[in-house]
Amino acid sequence: MITVKFFAMLKKLAGVELREYELSGPVTLAEFKETLKKDFPALKEVLDGRSVLVSVNQEFARGDTVLRDGDEVGLLPPFSGG
Amino acid sequence: MSDSLVSIQAEPFSVEEVVSKVKRASRGIGAVVAFLGVGRDFSKGEDISGLDFEHYPGMAEKKLNDIRERALENFNIIEMAIVHRIGKIDIGEDIVLIAAASAHRNDSFMACEWAITELKRVTPIWKRETTVKGDVWVSQTP
Repeated sequence: MITVKFFAMLKKLAGVELREYELSGPVTLAEFKETLKKDFPALKEVLDGRSVLVSVNQEFARGDTVLRDGDEVGLLPPFSGG
Repeated sequence: MSDSLVSIQAEPFSVEEVVSKVKRASRGIGAVVAFLGVGRDFSKGEDISGLDFEHYPGMAEKKLNDIRERALENFNIIEMAIVHRIGKIDIGEDIVLIAAASAHRNDSFMACEWAITELKRVTPIWKRETTVKGDVWVSQTP
């Protein structure tokens, strides 16, 4: 199972803070984003754009990162700390 | 703030306490430069009545620790502390403090400037501003 965490405005768009997925096998982050876009149509635009970063196990990740059972995926809108 | 030199916390921090902690690192410290970020009452032409910060627990702390370590490695500084508050923050309240200490002032100025810029770039912390029109997530800060 992998856990997806939504933050800030993405939490509002998705309507949830967290969603868990069962993976049938290894999948790349780019492929997994397609699943997310289907499940959360409100996120399609931001997931297609470049402003949202994605983390896997709390490290920034790229589309070719392979997700495995137990991974935590974070959807991170542009930061505004400081 | 605990004994740690990096902290993300809801409660207010004492600038004096953080600076003292940094100074304690060495008697060879001759300069401390501190950057203090404060809640401002305007943003993009709108009046702001309050702020609310959210973070990614675990990842945000990791990024701040990493910034401190890289600052110690890449600048000629002796110590650095980074404190960031989360949750609701009133106008005029302190949000973030970065304190860098070195033998001579220039190294601390440079390290402090780099660290706050890097914090804004890589740390998963988000600000929501309360305006008369409602609450707005801030997507970018200069």
